[in-house]
Amino acid sequence: MINNVNTSDPDIQRLMVLGLVEGAEVELASAAIGGDPMEFRMFGNAISLRREQALQFDVTTAGAGE
Amino acid sequence: MSLLLAQVSSEQFTRVSADQISVRRHPSAAIAVVGNPNSGKSTLFNRLTGLRQKTGNYPGVTVEKHVGVVKLENAAFELIDLPGMFALSAHSLEERIACDVVMGRIPDMERPVGIIAVVDTTHLYQGLYLVQQLMELELPLLVALTMTDAAEAGGIRIDIDALQRRLGGITVCPVVATTGQGMDALRAAIATLPDAAKPELPTFWEELQAASEELARDMPATVPRVEIERALIERNSDLAEEVTNYLGDDGAQRMEAIRQRIFGSVPPLANEARLRYAWVRDVLDEVQHSAPTITTWGSHLAAFMNRPVPGTIGLFVVMAVVFQAVFAWATPLMDAIETGTAFIGVLVASSLPDGAVSSFLSDGIIAGVGSVIVFLPQIMILFLFIIVLEDSGYLARAAYLMDRVMRSVGLSGQSIIPMVSSFACAVPGIMATRVIPNRRDRIATILAAPFMTCSARLPVYALLIAAFVPAQSVGLFNLQGIVLFGLYMLGIVTGLLTALMLRKTALHGPKPTFALMLPEFRRPNMQTVLIQLLGRAMIFLKRAGTVIFAVAVVVWALAYYPRSDDIAATLTQQQSLAAASLSDDALSEALSRFENEAAAAQLEQSWLGRAGKVVEPAFKPLGWDWKISAAVIAGFPAREVVIAVLGTVYAVGGEADESTLAGRLQSASWPDGRAVFTLPMVIGLLIFYACCLQCAATLAVIRRETNSWRWPLFAWGYMTSLGYLGALLVYQLGTNS
Repeated sequence: MINNVNTSDPDIQRLMVLGLVEGAEVELASAAIGGDPMEFRMFGNAISLRREQALQFDVTTAGAGE
Repeated sequence: MSLLLAQVSSEQFTRVSADQISVRRHPSAAIAVVGNPNSGKSTLFNRLTGLRQKTGNYPGVTVEKHVGVVKLENAAFELIDLPGMFALSAHSLEERIACDVVMGRIPDMERPVGIIAVVDTTHLYQGLYLVQQLMELELPLLVALTMTDAAEAGGIRIDIDALQRRLGGITVCPVVATTGQGMDALRAAIATLPDAAKPELPTFWEELQAASEELARDMPATVPRVEIERALIERNSDLAEEVTNYLGDDGAQRMEAIRQRIFGSVPPLANEARLRYAWVRDVLDEVQHSAPTITTWGSHLAAFMNRPVPGTIGLFVVMAVVFQAVFAWATPLMDAIETGTAFIGVLVASSLPDGAVSSFLSDGIIAGVGSVIVFLPQIMILFLFIIVLEDSGYLARAAYLMDRVMRSVGLSGQSIIPMVSSFACAVPGIMATRVIPNRRDRIATILAAPFMTCSARLPVYALLIAAFVPAQSVGLFNLQGIVLFGLYMLGIVTGLLTALMLRKTALHGPKPTFALMLPEFRRPNMQTVLIQLLGRAMIFLKRAGTVIFAVAVVVWALAYYPRSDDIAATLTQQQSLAAASLSDDALSEALSRFENEAAAAQLEQSWLGRAGKVVEPAFKPLGWDWKISAAVIAGFPAREVVIAVLGTVYAVGGEADESTLAGRLQSASWPDGRAVFTLPMVIGLLIFYACCLQCAATLAVIRRETNSWRWPLFAWGYMTSLGYLGALLVYQLGTNS
């Protein structure tokens, strides 16, 4: 579950509009060769993020991305 | 669910009375179809309108405007299929257009009288976010819940009644657009949509809603509340400027003071997202039962293809199949068209007396336009693949897999789709860059796209390779195939290096970010695919009928006039001499030789011939004689013209039949007897064609998409010099070393 979002970057704000907000449950589904970009799933939607963007999201419980 | 369908259709259908119909037929009574990308919006639109649709452009931009007519039992409406959007906070050009349409901010376009919100049942999370924003537009609204079959298969149950209640009483119609299930109820709901009660608004952000209420009192009543809210949230938008102007001199300070008070230091967009998604989750908890764990064949395939290695291998296999299909499947159709045009040309030429009219019809129009129509099968096959790949959700997957590669040249995976499309034609490819939100990324992609080997370059490559590259095998492969592949690679590498160079210099900026929704794989809807394919074919044929037709006429005229009476007289003399001294085969051979010689002589002193001689010195360092120079110059408006011109120039007659033309090219020689087409010269010519931007339509679309002449002029100058230098280098090194 997303715990905290670093909202300073406008691109991250856009991701929040797409649903990556605090309280949303996300799951790391896959990664391209080299582990970047990564694919996350939330509420039946799949979204692809680069590692550096994914790092702007704090999550609780292990195994659900970074 | 079925109970609900019955109830909606019986109750709402009776409300349409005859006197309302005349009002509804008014052309401005348009209903907008709005939804997330991949929500099944276009499939639903096609289902509602069938073939009663047309495609145009929104004023001033190249975003395609799809308009259709939905015929209901007692009414007809215009439907506008808006570009897919996630929110009213526009991110890309297409989203901005969609926002402007629903807010009634497009010049010369009436605000829609109602909205059909298309929501994918399996993606309610993002769908309801948009619906909540749409409710605030204060327009009659209904929700079409698509893919209910997939949701049911995945164990998702939606309580429609509860959903309607939570959405302020608006009608929710569950449908399966691919099979047509639920469409009757939807049509009934559309019929009464303009009279539907406006939805009751849920409270999601009290302070913001109160502030807009307060500001609205000092503004004309025509300014909708939602515009004021958006202006407060998006402070740098055009909308914010407009709304501020309504407030008079102290407008800017007042807006800023309100922003300070409600937003503080938290970015408003982030806070809006938090509050709205909190509402969405609350609604979902109430209306959606069982966890959304959907296992369709699509998600199984997606899971396998998502693994890094199978995914990447799969991508290359898909690409290989596409190119194979474009070359192999199209051949029989292309041969048929070629034979057909040649036959018509001969028929016309033989049924009319020799002279300008006959030559104009057979050499000018039929040969010129015909040599371009030949590519229709290839273009259709390529577009078929691209449309199917896009519709099935695979192109988004390709963008995801290729992101890392594209990042190394300063672009993102999002540039992949425009580049893949450019293999068919750079024009739709460049138009596809509209999904790239960042302007710098977008322009870099636009300038890289014309380097991709488009279908118009292919015949030039095919002609020269067939004539000058031996068909020997190298290991498993054919040398001709390897050369062709090399030319494709040359285009890709040059395009990517161009993007890299631009990103390091003129378009220097922060690294592009990459966030992309990855749709599930799904079977493309045949109706949608065919409608799109038909549209593409029409665009191509229209172009062949206008631009290429005009070029063919001009080139023909330049190559035909002025006629020299001396040459004609010599020909008549030779013909009568031959007729007196020779007979049978020898006679006909001599006659055709004299005719060809006369045609060549006429050509040499025609305007085109003279122009070719003038520019010959500039192209001599590349090893080109005046004929090639003239053909290349004639090909600048549209490169596919070059084959037709070479055909005429090399006196083969109009058909530009490749095998004979190839033979002519092989035997072409300089006045001193050296062959014109040496290997270094041919390779140089191929490189010239790989680089050079010989396409007026591409220049026009770059101009429209970048909204300046600077980029098309730069692209033209850059690509032409690159082609010239490449050809010069290869010819000089190959000839003198």
